[in-house]
Amino acid sequence: MMRFLLLFSRQGRLRLQKWYTAISEREKKKIIREMTTMVLARQPRTCNFLQWKDLKIVYKRYASLYFCLGVEHEENELLALEIIHRYVELLDKYFGNVCELDIIFNFEKAYFILDEFLMGGEIQETSKQIVNRAIESSDMLQEDDHSEWYEVELFG
Amino acid sequence: MSPSVPLQEMIRAIRSARTQCEERGVIQRECAAIRAQFRQTDNGGRSHNLAKLLYVHMLGYPAHFGQMECVRMIASPRYSEKRVGYLGAMMLLDEKQDASLLITNSIKNDLSHSNQYVQSLALCTLACMGSAEMCRDLAPEIDRLLRSSNSYIKKKAALCAVHIVRKVHDLGELFVPSARSLLSEKNHGVLHGAVVLITELCERSPETLERFRKTVPDLVQIMKGLVISGYSPDHDVAGVSDPFLQVRILRLLRILGRNNEAASDAMNDLLAQVATNTDSTKTVGNAVLYETVLTVLDIKSESGLRVLAVNILGRFLLNNDRNIRYIAMTSLQKIVSTDHNAVQRHRGTIVDCLKDQDASVKRRALELSLALVSASNIRSMMKELLIFLSSCPPELRAQAASGIFNAAERYAPSKRWHIDTILHVLTTAGGDVRDETVPNLIQLITNTSELHCYTVHKLYRALFTDISQQPLVQVACWCIGEYGDLLLKGECQETEAVQVTEDDVLDALEIVLQSHMSTPTTRGFALTATMKLSTRITDNVDRIRSIVSIYGSCIDVELQQRAVEYNALFKKYDHMRAAVLERMPVIQKNSLGQTNGELSEEPMKESQPGKVKQEETALPPQPAGQVVDLLDLLGGSQEPLQPGSSVGGSASTQLTAAPSSAGGDLLDLLGGFEPTPLAPAPTVTVYEKNGVTLTLSCEQQSESGLTVTLTASNSTDSDISGFTLQAAVPKSVQLQMRAPSRDSLPAHGGAKLTQLVVLNNPNKVNLKMRIRVSYTCQGSVVQDMVQVDSFPGL
Repeated sequence: MMRFLLLFSRQGRLRLQKWYTAISEREKKKIIREMTTMVLARQPRTCNFLQWKDLKIVYKRYASLYFCLGVEHEENELLALEIIHRYVELLDKYFGNVCELDIIFNFEKAYFILDEFLMGGEIQETSKQIVNRAIESSDMLQEDDHSEWYEVELFG
Repeated sequence: MSPSVPLQEMIRAIRSARTQCEERGVIQRECAAIRAQFRQTDNGGRSHNLAKLLYVHMLGYPAHFGQMECVRMIASPRYSEKRVGYLGAMMLLDEKQDASLLITNSIKNDLSHSNQYVQSLALCTLACMGSAEMCRDLAPEIDRLLRSSNSYIKKKAALCAVHIVRKVHDLGELFVPSARSLLSEKNHGVLHGAVVLITELCERSPETLERFRKTVPDLVQIMKGLVISGYSPDHDVAGVSDPFLQVRILRLLRILGRNNEAASDAMNDLLAQVATNTDSTKTVGNAVLYETVLTVLDIKSESGLRVLAVNILGRFLLNNDRNIRYIAMTSLQKIVSTDHNAVQRHRGTIVDCLKDQDASVKRRALELSLALVSASNIRSMMKELLIFLSSCPPELRAQAASGIFNAAERYAPSKRWHIDTILHVLTTAGGDVRDETVPNLIQLITNTSELHCYTVHKLYRALFTDISQQPLVQVACWCIGEYGDLLLKGECQETEAVQVTEDDVLDALEIVLQSHMSTPTTRGFALTATMKLSTRITDNVDRIRSIVSIYGSCIDVELQQRAVEYNALFKKYDHMRAAVLERMPVIQKNSLGQTNGELSEEPMKESQPGKVKQEETALPPQPAGQVVDLLDLLGGSQEPLQPGSSVGGSASTQLTAAPSSAGGDLLDLLGGFEPTPLAPAPTVTVYEKNGVTLTLSCEQQSESGLTVTLTASNSTDSDISGFTLQAAVPKSVQLQMRAPSRDSLPAHGGAKLTQLVVLNNPNKVNLKMRIRVSYTCQGSVVQDMVQVDSFPGL
């Protein structure tokens, strides 16, 4: 199970946080601080895995953003890297050549996309197309807010 | 979808703030505006408001006043508001907040909404932050959704069920039937969710695990489909078909096959197929291979498959990608104890990884290398480990040093090698070794008496190369103090000897004493060493005397105490100095583990045979007489011997006359040190009053053990009842009263009363006993006390 997903910039500013267990605000802040310190201190060309307390930390840098995933002991680290990559691909498809500013100014959309891909600390959907289509349909529903509800067909 | 303009304007305003203070100001203003908006009734911009608040929350500012707004938004009929409301709930309302319960009803309603995206929101939120009560409430609803025909909803319901099972373990039973049927789905999302759910259920309950073992063939079938079937654009990642699902199924197979022969057999072929067919050029293929290897090593797989798995790990070790090398070593660490030989084959690669740039890889390589050290490879491994120690990152030094010490202790091929290795570690990483290293090394050196000369010469040299490594300096000082005479002799077999004078040696110790790098402990070592040299050198004793007296006024209390004591040793107790400062005896080995099987000599044992020998020589040999006496004693009685025997009657008078003395000597010789009493124990009367007599006899049982027997008798005309004796002895003596034989004494000495008292006098103090007598005679109670100062037979 994944415990948390954090996105932060090279200056250590948080851009996204998703927690899959119930912990206090103070605890969250502490973890964020520790993660940013640990990951930002890593040299380039070192391996992407760290051991922290009883969790494995898998992180990857994409341009100016660090994606940091905290997973439990039995998880496959290499697959965790693939999960991060898949999420970046989904963002890229949605925003078109995504960059950090997109995520800053449209953070709620980044969350919506994440919530179609992962859920409860596990992968929800393994197909890129299905996730994309679900986001599109939800967006369309939001657009037509003022009109009556209508059924949206989902393919596949 | 059009961006939220108000939200983006606010974000821009916050980002343009140049200082932290300015940012705080902007945020305070915005929060005030948001709060005002919240208080207003329904307006079009509610979702934008909440989104703004969530942004502020992400920056780290408090946002709890938005909780109720989230609750309101979730209840709204508008999708846009629901969407942001649920997002807010996931960010601001965790199960610890009271407000979270308020959304239970909304979630319940939305779970049955006609629009699947609304249902999806509810499911997602429940899976993210549902508390135990909410889970209990909504579990039946989730189970119903698991059976829906909509795969979009089914896959989300499955993960929701996973969360429920994690929160409330008992509800697992509820989902077992649906989980089973979900395995026949074609939709990958649903399948994935089903596998995760089954994994969770099996991990929680062994009975459920048993039931799901029957699904192994189905899982194998699904995997085969993924591995063999052609390109599927929907799920393909770099040539691997749905790696996420493959890994999940492999994990489930691992759990099902663990400790179960039948299940492991059923998946053998599949695992071999996956291991050989998966493309390992990209990370994603390696992820699947990695999971396969973990599964193979955990179940009861056949040996061929195991070898295949370890070989894959070996290939990983040679991979250019650091991540792959890292996980290979992590996996090898897990199996190094069970498949030791298989891992040994890759020792070379692992040792190479010690030189890797990456600290994580280095750490793994170090742990694995230490686990692979064995008696056969100790020399080469130690070489590598010592090279590693000299260049390793500081956070790994302590671990490396202690690992090296353990390995050296267990597998040292020779004492000299052992000492050399420890010295090498002390010179390279002296600051990171544990505190026990110094006494351990000293013990090792003491016990290796043949290498004293070699050790002291080597340490003397080492002292001059680096005076800052405290453990090394301490050991060096100790050795110089102990074996200074060997150092001064100037000759050594194993190594090139240093040619030093007494002044040089004292100079060296003084440098240590005065150096600012020496800790107080080290200086203590140096001072004691200087003192010890006073008996081992001849010319410069005065110099030592002056050093010692200087330190008598040192600020450090420990040093001062030592110096003052040593000064006293010079002045008042000079006659004892040689004895006090002589060479240390071999230290008794404690339970630090076996090294080379050598035991230390015990000086005590040597004295005992000497003693016995002395006794034997003291007795004048009288062979004939002794033989006769021996025969006599063995015969037991004083009867005259048979006429036929060579001993004859002529010696019989001699025998009867002096059996006890000769016999006593003989007994001494044969029986050891404890004299056995021949005569019956003598009795003495200790109390006699009013017709009541108390006698005492004692028997020596052992060196310090004594049994005292008290006997009481009554010579009066009337019976005595309630007769009790109490005894008291000096403090260091231990006393135990046994139960008396009776507690009444009939008249006219009809019966006697005996009481046993067991004494233990370990300190051999002068034995005294106070006895209190108490009895009832003719209706009146009599109490008396008597003190016994001398015991018969002692």
